[in-house]
Amino acid sequence: MADPMRIRAQAAGDKTTVRVLMSHEMETGLRKDSAGKVIPAWFIQEISASHNGKAVMTAEWGPSIAKNPFMQFVVKGAKAGDKISITWTDNKGEKRTDEATVT
Amino acid sequence: MQSRRDMITTSVTVAGLLATAGLLPATAQAAWPKDAFAGKTMAEVAKAMGGSAPVVSADVTVSGPDIAENGAVVPVGASTTLTGVKSLLLMVEKNPSVLAAVFDVTDSVEPSFNTRVKMGQSSNVYAVALMNDGKMLYAVKEIKVTLGGCGG
Repeated sequence: MADPMRIRAQAAGDKTTVRVLMSHEMETGLRKDSAGKVIPAWFIQEISASHNGKAVMTAEWGPSIAKNPFMQFVVKGAKAGDKISITWTDNKGEKRTDEATVT
Repeated sequence: MQSRRDMITTSVTVAGLLATAGLLPATAQAAWPKDAFAGKTMAEVAKAMGGSAPVVSADVTVSGPDIAENGAVVPVGASTTLTGVKSLLLMVEKNPSVLAAVFDVTDSVEPSFNTRVKMGQSSNVYAVALMNDGKMLYAVKEIKVTLGGCGG
């Protein structure tokens, strides 16, 4: 499944801003290819994020999210050296997990 | 007639079964809300998410550019200063897929999220806070799109 996610997690006091860039087509299922055939929907449906193994956030997405999705959120109580892990699951059941360290 | 002891045993067993079936709130929340994503209007999405009719609130903020040069990638955000928020939703009124995202709020994250959406045409974008008690509070912003994000 394409490229790894780019994850940046920067702590400022008690708040850590996490920015993630994922690699995914996010196909709506409404486009047609040059032969006139519909390109099937293929998009990330579920996201989960954890901090040092503890689940901190989940999200559910639809095909309106842009290709190569970006997401930013703020985790409380994380500090430099902690691990942030992000997992996505798409509508075909494919999954990807990547991890980053808080700086 | 069941003894009190038997009745309690049965209740605990039933609760256990409900939990494994994913019917208790904590597990149900993470499933993909198909009906909400199929909603064609804000009202349909709100109903599918189990919320009441959305009401405007100054405590919810939707952020985004006034004009998006490229409708394929429009940065938008949803945030709120309220507590007791279950999730924050982003909706693009004129998209075929109105509900763009649902971000579930826990005590470990701030109720503030940013992402990028595709917009087929200029449209109102809504940030909706779904509260634990079922209330839905929203903010709206019009984003004009110069080049539609779905191929024109």
